Amino acid sequence: MNKVVRTASEAVADIAHGSTVMLGGFGLCGIPENLIAALVERRVKGLHTISNNMGVDGFGMGLMLEAGMIASHIGSYVGENRLLEAMVLKKELDLTLIPQGTLAERIRAGGAGIPAFYVPTGLGTMVADGKETRQIGGRFYILEQALHADVALIKAWKGDRLGNLVYRKTARNFNPSMATAAKLTIAEVEELVEPGNLDPDHITTPGIYVNRVVLGAEYRKPIESKFIKSGGAA
Amino acid sequence: MIAGYVPAGIDVMFQSENGMLGVGAPPTDDWADPDLINAGKQPVTELPGCSFFASEESFAMIRGGHMDMSILGAMQVDEHGNLANWTIPGKMVKGMGGAMDLVAGARRVIVAMEHQTKDGIPRILKQCTLPLTGKSVVHDIVTEFCWIRVTAEGLLLTELTDGVDAIDVQSRTEARLLVSPNLRMMPVSTSA
Repeated sequence: MNKVVRTASEAVADIAHGSTVMLGGFGLCGIPENLIAALVERRVKGLHTISNNMGVDGFGMGLMLEAGMIASHIGSYVGENRLLEAMVLKKELDLTLIPQGTLAERIRAGGAGIPAFYVPTGLGTMVADGKETRQIGGRFYILEQALHADVALIKAWKGDRLGNLVYRKTARNFNPSMATAAKLTIAEVEELVEPGNLDPDHITTPGIYVNRVVLGAEYRKPIESKFIKSGGAA
Repeated sequence: MIAGYVPAGIDVMFQSENGMLGVGAPPTDDWADPDLINAGKQPVTELPGCSFFASEESFAMIRGGHMDMSILGAMQVDEHGNLANWTIPGKMVKGMGGAMDLVAGARRVIVAMEHQTKDGIPRILKQCTLPLTGKSVVHDIVTEFCWIRVTAEGLLLTELTDGVDAIDVQSRTEARLLVSPNLRMMPVSTSA
């Protein structure tokens, strides 16, 4: 079993226009830089993206947004992404904001065969609008549905050709849950090793969830707080 | 930011929603690890005993009531303990991030905010006008002028900073403030 694909371009070659795509990362930390670049090169259009953030102006998913590839987005935070905010205010992009923990759990549920679950988060806010609420043990909860995607693009630190993945520090974030919730999971890694070279106790994403593995190159890994302060392109 | 103001001798462990417990101070040298950031996307360091985990685990921790306290910013709060801090319809889309989860799950919620807007409009209101982040979730409000506790009877002014009195603070506040019989000066630490 060999899931290794030679290049990021090859890895994303069959992603169709209009696909639902999950992208791992928190801000610019732990994002699949190479897979995003390959997708931008292909100019795949009408994508429905699911990701906590939308990169920043000039990097990460911000590049997909600038290339006009995104039709709708589900996330939890816009923050300093000026283009995204402007597009949403002009109604050029359909944005659904949901609480970050609910986003993470909806993705986890999607991969775990749980269609819906109750949470207290967002009770009495716009997030609860139109959703079923139920009283359990004296407290009210809202019903949240699982999320799925056609494709998940994720980033790990090390991986082997069976798709087993190990993450590094806070670059883990949404990557492991997204790996489980898509029909096609593509992982890029900084280091590709032979099976047996990862300590089985350290593997966070077992290879069963991963369809393709590609060795990433030339990681830029900008630190977002510094990237924005320096005005981007630095 | 709060981490820099914890008095010596008080042992606090900070959680960062992006997947870390035991967050340390920012790195002092120019070198920073891009895989090691806090929820504000700023580089941090590891304290001995820190741990890393995925987002769903981080929010299980938050939602599951394992956090003693959460401190957040606000655009508006009101006398019912409602909080608004994620959007101004038609003008600003910031997103709630993890704020709704934090206020739903933390055992005590403290809002740290500027008392008024830049134009001098009160932010501590009878009723929030912006979309809510949480309903009846705030326990305490701290501003540059005072400390206020949210009680069943209303907002209770318990501490003042140097140079203001209860009348000043009320004049900057839309909601009616009850004044604590034990009103005192706020002990302010400047050791950031």
